[in-house]
Amino acid sequence: MDHGDATTTTDPAEAESSLGAPLVELKNVNKHFGELHVLQDIDLTVRRGEVLVVIGPSGSGKSTLCRAINRLETIDSGEIRIDGQPLPEEGKTLAKLRADVGMVFQAFNLFAHKTILENVTLGPVKVRKERSSAAKERALQLLDRVGVKNQAQKMPAQLSGGQQQRVAIARALAMKPKVMLFDEPTSALDPEMINEVLDVMVALAKEGMTMIVVTHEMGFARKAANRVVFMADGQIVEEATPEEFFTAPKSDRAKDFLSKILSH
Amino acid sequence: MGDFLSQFGELFAIYDVPAAFWVNIQLTFWAAIFSLILGTVLALMRISPIASLQWAGAAYVNILRNTPLTVIMTFLFLAVWTQLQITLSDDFAQNFFRFGVIGLTVYHAAFVCEAIRSGVNTVPLGQAEAARAIGLSFLPAARLIILPQAFRGAIAPLGNTLIALLKNSTVAVAVSVSTETSTLMREMIESNANYIYAIFMIFAIGFAVLVIPIGLLTTFLSNRLAVRR
Repeated sequence: MDHGDATTTTDPAEAESSLGAPLVELKNVNKHFGELHVLQDIDLTVRRGEVLVVIGPSGSGKSTLCRAINRLETIDSGEIRIDGQPLPEEGKTLAKLRADVGMVFQAFNLFAHKTILENVTLGPVKVRKERSSAAKERALQLLDRVGVKNQAQKMPAQLSGGQQQRVAIARALAMKPKVMLFDEPTSALDPEMINEVLDVMVALAKEGMTMIVVTHEMGFARKAANRVVFMADGQIVEEATPEEFFTAPKSDRAKDFLSKILSH
Repeated sequence: MGDFLSQFGELFAIYDVPAAFWVNIQLTFWAAIFSLILGTVLALMRISPIASLQWAGAAYVNILRNTPLTVIMTFLFLAVWTQLQITLSDDFAQNFFRFGVIGLTVYHAAFVCEAIRSGVNTVPLGQAEAARAIGLSFLPAARLIILPQAFRGAIAPLGNTLIALLKNSTVAVAVSVSTETSTLMREMIESNANYIYAIFMIFAIGFAVLVIPIGLLTTFLSNRLAVRR
């Protein structure tokens, strides 16, 4: 599925120069699930303002990588830094750091017993200790921005998948995060709802948000990403600009993978 | 049949049956509140990320759940009151009533804990992950996100625990709460052995009348309050 044409792609060299200091740094990160070595010596740096797309076959470790960055998965060895700070192990400091890292899940995970508006205001009020009137006002702005302001008083189960995922993005944005993580945000959506979510993500990328996106949406990668990382068997196999990666992949694994997803 | 009814009339005239049930209702009321509180704390311990708290919670549940209630009541009466001479009230009857509430509370808290934990299992893991991802630490995440959904999923098992608690409140006789139903029933049988069926019916129907609405209410509430996903 291609969501844009190549002409809208920003020039990689130009985009590169506009990037800031390292914001997310992974050094020599390893993780096992029992026998399975899901992350093998991962080194990765994402700079401020960069949009990184992580792509790869299922079981390649890309979701685990994404989840490890806000410690929803622990790692066995190595180091993860966010804005220069090493990821804390537990407790309040970890919670504080997580508040600065927005996360969007494949299954949306909106709080099922709270209204749409409450989903978005909960973090600012309970974690950031904002006044509820101010939080509500900004939540409505964010919901308006993702196009679901008129659903504010409904419960999550009353919304379509695409609407729920846009609310989930608004909920993450309400925390004013330094970086946004997207863990296969469109994989659970019906085809006709994928674009409405990707449009929001592209707009966010254009505004300069730092984003790490695990996805198979090549249209999004072409339109918004500065860099594509291809993972297979727990390793980073290839890193390139989207254009390079999709038109002239270097590794056999990437060629094989792309031939499988492009053949239809 | 008419004979039966006249027996009921006679028994109700001699004995204050509603007063005896009222004692069981009061025991149940206080024990329900305290065991809900204690059971929630235990459930929090068991789902917490701290291993020692998990262990303590599991130990409590496994010990208290597997101890007969009569043994707990007898322990309170013989060990705590008689031997250690701990009194909870200067008023004799009130003292035993409070021991009765404690015995029922510590026992049923174990069941409440497990009912709430079964409710926690109805909450998808993603809810907790989303709560952590916006920066809530364990207790706020439990209070704001997990428990409100878990309680709604636990209404039916909590209702079962409440029904068991109401009927078990008759075991308070083991800690000398002498005004409740099982004591009254024994008294009535001793003095009016010829009315044995009528006496039996009074208490069987009495408990059924109290318990059936609890079952209907919890079924209604668990449907009404179910979290839509």
